[in-house]
Amino acid sequence: MEELSQEQFRIIGIEDNGTEHSARKKVGYWQDAWRRLRANKIAMAALVLLILLLLMTIIGPHLTGYSYEEMDKASKNLPPSAAHWFGTDELGRDLFTRVWQGGRVSMIIGLFSAAVSTLIGVLYGSISAFFGGVVDNIMMRIVEILISIPYLIIVILISVITDSKDLGTMILALTLTGWCGTARLIRGQILQLREQEYVLAAEALGVSPFKVILKHLIPNTLGLIIVGVTFDIPGYIFSETFLSYIGLGIQAPATSWGALASAAQANFRFYPYQLFLPSLMIALTMLSFTLLGDGLRDALDPRMRH
Amino acid sequence: MEQQEKILEVKNLRVNFNTYAGKIQAVRGVNFSLYKGETLAIVGESGCGKTVTSKALLRLYQPPLVSVAEGSEILYDGQDVLKMNKKQLQAYRGREVGMIFQDPMTSLNPTMKVGDQIAEALRIHNKISKKEAAVLAVEKLRLVDIPNPEKRAECYPHQLSGGMRQRVVIAIALSCSPKIIIADEPTTALDVTIQAQILDLLMEIREKTHTAIILVTHDLGVVANFASRIQVMYAGQIVERGSTRDLFYQPRHPYTRALLDSVPKLSSKTHGELYSLKGTPPDLILELKGCPFAARCQYCMPVCQERMPEEIDLGEGHSVSCWLQHPMAPDVGPLNDGRKAGA
Amino acid sequence: MEQETLREPLLEVEHLSKHFKMGGKSILKAVDDVSLTIYKGETLGLVGESGCGKTTFGRTVIQLYRPTSGSIRFDGRELGTLKRKELVSFKKDAQIIFQDPYASLDPRMTIAEIIAEGMKVHFKLSPAETERKIASLLEKVGLGADYANRYAHELSGGQRQRVGIARALAVKPRFIVCDEPISALDVSIQAQVINLLIYLQREFGLTYLFISHDLSMVQYISDRIGVMYLGSLMELTDNQTLYSRPLHPYTQALLSAIPVADPDLGQAQNRIKLEGEIPSPIHQPKGCKFAPRCRFASEKCQAERPVLRELEPGHFVACHFAEQFQTEEA
Repeated sequence: MEELSQEQFRIIGIEDNGTEHSARKKVGYWQDAWRRLRANKIAMAALVLLILLLLMTIIGPHLTGYSYEEMDKASKNLPPSAAHWFGTDELGRDLFTRVWQGGRVSMIIGLFSAAVSTLIGVLYGSISAFFGGVVDNIMMRIVEILISIPYLIIVILISVITDSKDLGTMILALTLTGWCGTARLIRGQILQLREQEYVLAAEALGVSPFKVILKHLIPNTLGLIIVGVTFDIPGYIFSETFLSYIGLGIQAPATSWGALASAAQANFRFYPYQLFLPSLMIALTMLSFTLLGDGLRDALDPRMRH
Repeated sequence: MEQQEKILEVKNLRVNFNTYAGKIQAVRGVNFSLYKGETLAIVGESGCGKTVTSKALLRLYQPPLVSVAEGSEILYDGQDVLKMNKKQLQAYRGREVGMIFQDPMTSLNPTMKVGDQIAEALRIHNKISKKEAAVLAVEKLRLVDIPNPEKRAECYPHQLSGGMRQRVVIAIALSCSPKIIIADEPTTALDVTIQAQILDLLMEIREKTHTAIILVTHDLGVVANFASRIQVMYAGQIVERGSTRDLFYQPRHPYTRALLDSVPKLSSKTHGELYSLKGTPPDLILELKGCPFAARCQYCMPVCQERMPEEIDLGEGHSVSCWLQHPMAPDVGPLNDGRKAGA
Repeated sequence: MEQETLREPLLEVEHLSKHFKMGGKSILKAVDDVSLTIYKGETLGLVGESGCGKTTFGRTVIQLYRPTSGSIRFDGRELGTLKRKELVSFKKDAQIIFQDPYASLDPRMTIAEIIAEGMKVHFKLSPAETERKIASLLEKVGLGADYANRYAHELSGGQRQRVGIARALAVKPRFIVCDEPISALDVSIQAQVINLLIYLQREFGLTYLFISHDLSMVQYISDRIGVMYLGSLMELTDNQTLYSRPLHPYTQALLSAIPVADPDLGQAQNRIKLEGEIPSPIHQPKGCKFAPRCRFASEKCQAERPVLRELEPGHFVACHFAEQFQTEEA
C-alpha cells in the first residue's frame, strides 16, 4: 500500500454551484423507440418488404409498357415469359401490370380506410372518455349498436343506395363501422390516462379541455394508435379482397388483388399462376404489416424503457 | 451483551444487474452476520442495494438479468445458500427463512382464500392433511392477532384492509416457524396507526419465538424504535454499522449524520433550514474509485476521491468506512474525535 | 399567533362536502362538511391517514373537483358563482403540486414545454420571453437551464418534483396546494424539496395548503395544522399547541403512533394503541366518526356527531369531551 501524505487529508468539501446539471446524454422518446425497432430484425425485414411492395404499386404498372386495360387477343393465358413477366389473363392483359395496378387499389383502400377510421375513432373515443358520465354513456351505446351490424349488410346497402362500386364507396362502406373498434380501444386508454396527475395538473393550470385532449391525451396514446393502424391496414386489405372476391368490390376493368384472385379462380386448374401471384402479394403484405405491428408494439411500449 | 449465536453470515456479497446499457453493480461487497433473536435493520435510500441484498439472502433473483458474483457467500448453518440445490433451497426458503414484502396486495394471490394460502404454505413443508393444515392456518391467523380468525380464513385478500392483509402475509411467513424473518419495508404502504400495530406484532413474535428479524427500511423512526442493530447502506456498500444507540447518538459517518439531520424532530420548533444533502447518489453503472459518498460529503478530502476507505472498528460492534477516522485526518468534532484511540 | 387581528383570510371554506357516487346507491363521502380558513402568507398543514379525504379536499378547493355542497371564498370571491373565464383566472392564482413525481409530468413533453403550458394560458409572451422565464424558473428551483430540453424520464424523483414546482410557479400563483409533495421521495431529497418550498414561500409571499401523512414534516413546515379523519376535520390549531396539547383523542393517538427518530425519546413515548381499522368512508358511523376506535367513547359519541367548535382562541376541536381533556391537562 502506498504511503498516504498529509496533503491528502485536507477538507475540500463539495464543489457547490447551487444548481444541478445533468450529465447523461439526452435520448428522446422517438429516438429510443427507433433504436429498439432497429434491433428487431424481423420487424425491420417486414418494414423493408413493405417499402418494396409500396414502391412497386407506385412504379410497377409503368415498367412493362402495357396498360392494365389493354387486351391482346393474340396472347391469352400466356405463362410467365420475357414479354409478360407474370404471364397474361384470359383476355390477354399483362398480369404484371395488373397485379401492381390491383395492389395500388388494395393499398389505397387499406391505408386510407385505416387512416379515416383511426381519425374518427381517436376523436370519438377521446371525447367520450374525457367528458365521461352521460356523454360517455350515450356515445358508447351508439358504438355498440354500430358494431353489432354485420358489415356485409352495410356494404350491400351502400352499393345499392349509391349505385356504384368504386373506390370511394368501398372506403365509405369499410370505415362506416370500422372506426368503432379504435374508438373503444382509445377510450379505454384515455380513461386510464385521465386519472394521471399530469392531466390534472393541466386542468389545474386552466388549460381548456380540448387542448388537454390534443396535447396530453392523444400524444400519450400515439404508440397505441400507431400499433392499431398497422394491425388495421391488413384487416382492411383483407376485407377488400374478400368483397372483391365475392363480387361486391371493385368492378372490371379496374382491379384489385381480390378481384384478380376471383377472376383467376375459374381457370385455376389450368393457369395456377394467375391465382398464385395476387394471392402471394396479399399474403406478403398482410404478413409484413402484422410483423411490423408486433415490432412497433414492443418498441413503443413505455414499460420497455428503463 | 451475552454470548450470541450467529445464525447467518454474509461474506463479500456482490450482486450485479446485467442491462443492455452495461453492468450495474447494485451490491458491492457486503459482509455481515445475523445473531439469534436480534432485529437487524438495513437502512438506506432507494437504490442503495438494501432490497437487493435482502432478496439475495433468499436467492430471489432472476438470472441472467441479475447475477451474484463469484466469491460471494451466504452461510446459513454452515451451508452456502448460493450453492444449494433446488431441494435444499426449497427447504431453506419458508422453513428456515420467511419473507415479508412491502405491498401486501401483490404478495397475496387475489383468487385464493387467505386461509388456503396459509394452509398451502404449511403443506409445502410439513406432511399434514388438508384438514389439519386448515386448522393450523386458523391458528396462525390467531397468532397474528386477527380478530375472528375462523371467519377471516374464508375471505379473499381484497375483502381485507391493508393492515389485515399485511398480518396475513406475516402469518404466511411464520407458517413454518422460521428462524429468520426478512421484512422488506413491511409498513411503508400502511398508515401510521396501522404501522405501529404491525411493528408491535413483529416485535411480539420475536420475543415469543426468538426469531431473528432483518428489517429493511428507509424510515429512521421505525429503526430507532424497533431495531437492535443497524447497518447503513449507501451505493451498494455498508458505510456504517453498530447498535441503534451508537448510530443515533454517535454517528461517525457523514452520511449517517446527514440522514439523521434531514429528518425533522417533533421537538424542533424553528422554521430554519432543514439539513439537506446536495446532489444525488452515484450512478451504480460506474466503477467507483474512491468513497461513494465523496461527491456529496461536506468533509470530502483528496484521499476520499482516490481510494476506497477501509472499514474501521470502533469497538462494541460499531464500525465505519470513512477516511475521517484515519489518524492523519483533521479533527472535525463529534464525527471523529476519538479517532486516534480507535486507529 | 400574536398578530391575530392582522391576519387576512385568503381562502374561506364553509361546510364543504364532496361526495362521489359509487356503484349502485352507495355514496362515498370523501369530504364531509369541512369548514376552515387559510390566512394570507401562512402554511396550513392538513394531516390524516389514507382515505381521510385530505387529497380530495385539496383538489376541491382549487376547483379540480366540483364541490357537492358548501362554499369556498378565495380573496372574498365566491368560487361557486364564477363564470368560466373567471374560473380560468382563478386557476392562475391557485396552483397545485402533486405527490407522484413520475405521474405528474407528461412523458411526451420536454421540461420547457411542461413549464410553458400554464404561461401560454395566462400570459401573452413572445417565444424569447417565454424561454427567458423558463430559464429563470429552473434556476429558482435549483436546476440548470440545460434541463429545459430534456424529458421527464431523464430526471431523478427530486428533480422531477422541482419541475412540478416550477410549473406551478410559472403562472405566478398566490396560493399553492402541496399534495404530499415529498412522500414519494428519499429522506435526503425530502429535505431539499422542503427547504425549496420554504424559500419560495418567503421569496414570493405564497400561501400553502400542505397535505401530508408525515406528521413530523407537517409540523416542520406549517403554522397551523388540521387533522382529518374520514372526511371530517377533527382538530385545528396552531402547530405548537397541536403537538404539545392535542385535545382530540384521535390526534393524541396519531401523534403517539409516529415512530420518533430517536431511540430514547421513542422509548419514553407513551404510545396509545389504536385498536381496529379505519371504517370505510362509504359506511360511516352514525355518531362521532372516531367513536368505534376511541378509548373514551360513550353512548353520546355513538349517537350524536360532535361539531367542530372553538374551545380556546384558534383551537378548534370536534369532540364531546374536549373540555374534560382540557381541564385534565391543566
